[in-house]
Amino acid sequence: MAILEVNDLSLKFGGVKALDQVSYHVEKGEIFSLIGPNGAGKTSMLNCISGLYTPSSGSIKFKGKEILGMKPYNRTSLGISRAFQNIALFAHMSVLDNLKLGRHVRMKSGMFKGGMYWGGAEKEEVSHRRSVEQVIEFLEMQDIRHTPVGTLPYGLQKRVEVGRALALEPELILLDEPMAGMNSAEKEDMARFILDMHELNGITVFLIEHDMGVIMDLSDHIAVLDFGKRIGFGTPEEIQKNPEVIRAYLGEQEVTT
Amino acid sequence: MLILTALAFLFPLLTNDYIVGLATLCAIASIGAIGLNILTGFTGQISIGVGAFLGVGGYTSAIITSTLGLSFWFAIPIAGIVTAAVGALFGIPSLRLKGLYLAIATLAAQFIILFVITRWTSLTGGTSGMVLQRPSIGGFSFMSADSYYYICLAVLLFTIIYTLNLFRSRIGRAFLAVRDRDVAAQIMGINLFTYKVLSFAISSFFVGVAGALLAHYTMIVSPELYSITVSIQYLAMILVGGLGSILGSILGAIFIVLLPVILGYGVDFASIFLPDMHHMLAAFQEVAFGAIIIFFLIFEPGGLAHIWNNIKNYFKLWPFSY
Repeated sequence: MAILEVNDLSLKFGGVKALDQVSYHVEKGEIFSLIGPNGAGKTSMLNCISGLYTPSSGSIKFKGKEILGMKPYNRTSLGISRAFQNIALFAHMSVLDNLKLGRHVRMKSGMFKGGMYWGGAEKEEVSHRRSVEQVIEFLEMQDIRHTPVGTLPYGLQKRVEVGRALALEPELILLDEPMAGMNSAEKEDMARFILDMHELNGITVFLIEHDMGVIMDLSDHIAVLDFGKRIGFGTPEEIQKNPEVIRAYLGEQEVTT
Repeated sequence: MLILTALAFLFPLLTNDYIVGLATLCAIASIGAIGLNILTGFTGQISIGVGAFLGVGGYTSAIITSTLGLSFWFAIPIAGIVTAAVGALFGIPSLRLKGLYLAIATLAAQFIILFVITRWTSLTGGTSGMVLQRPSIGGFSFMSADSYYYICLAVLLFTIIYTLNLFRSRIGRAFLAVRDRDVAAQIMGINLFTYKVLSFAISSFFVGVAGALLAHYTMIVSPELYSITVSIQYLAMILVGGLGSILGSILGAIFIVLLPVILGYGVDFASIFLPDMHHMLAAFQEVAFGAIIIFFLIFEPGGLAHIWNNIKNYFKLWPFSY
């Protein structure tokens, strides 16, 4: 069953077509990758899914339900979480607080309970702290849980960014270039985390990434964008053989004699 | 902290009414400053309408106690709730407006509210204002400086505890998220509009309570007590004290309330040597007030709370510097 279906999605900025009639679907429980050269519209696509952009036409269905008219914060409660490409953490807060914010929609205490704290709110904080600790353990961040995020090195910040998305206990996680700017050891760690969250927690992963080796190894299905158009959709093997994809990535092949 | 609290409770026994009166003003200003800091320091939404919101609190309490003849203990929370509603109403533009634009919108709130207070003569007494009484319970009247100080101190303690708790639970975290990165906050499932308006409401609640306490302290409300100058003073409190810090709000409030007093003593002292200069020195007070704020903005943007932390850290590490 497809968990996410995107049909004929178009997004225009003035006269520029950032996305042009793009269709694909993501199966439940797979690792799906969206690739394409710079400026192809990958992040725009994520912004449409998480609700920051409003597409001009088309539809996005999550578990068979149309989500296009929904506000971003409502989509989060459905179980769609996202890690940003440019780190968008709350720099002054500790890792722990960032992750707790990731669980915002799972928590309930309001201004009265929160202000009284002792009793309801405290109980809630403690029980959610447990779930957050699982994420911390999973991403091996035990030693930095109280550190303000702003003081962490880039690679760890990226990890916290992913952790915040995981803290929601999502069904679908949108990862926007989680490995950008990492060295190969950090990339390997991140690839392992992605595989684990997929296999152990059954989370469907929607991945945007530039590292072709990683993409081909991890993905079950891949969609390729170029200038807002979908030029390929299929398994890694099919994508590797797709002539249009090769053209977009390697340029026109020169005939040499 | 416990020692400080105990000191705050005990010191009226040792000093005279004048000092206790100043302390009362400090406590009331602290409540208002914490309220403003919830909005500006923690949620990042600037407001220049504090003066008018204090007025809403003061007038609500005046109407409830003097016109309707109901009890002070009932009037204080109602004053808070009414101000919260008014604050939330003027917080609605905050969804679309940010920074300077929001500042101007709240400035409009300041003038609209004062205009209504001045012109709605049948309800508010217009420019001549209204007279209030000190509260009483059973046969006991809180007429003396000491007893009223304790009321204000109790409310301040409640405010501090509520705010501290708020910012270690869900709503408070959401406020910080809205301040730091509103786009990411939305993706976390935070409805920006709801939380901004909520922040305006909670903030205005405390400002309103402070306004009501102040009104019962001065025992008079009139429009000129709630001018734009008051708004600026409150902004100065949280800037000097430290944005996004509860301790800072209190320190800033004490600082701004006591500054004119201390400057006044300074002027008196200086005029012993320069008797002819007395008038000039009186004007100098205002200059010093402005200069100190600029000084803080440039040299210690973290405010008094930051200085306090530095001192604490220094002594923690003393005698080794690292």
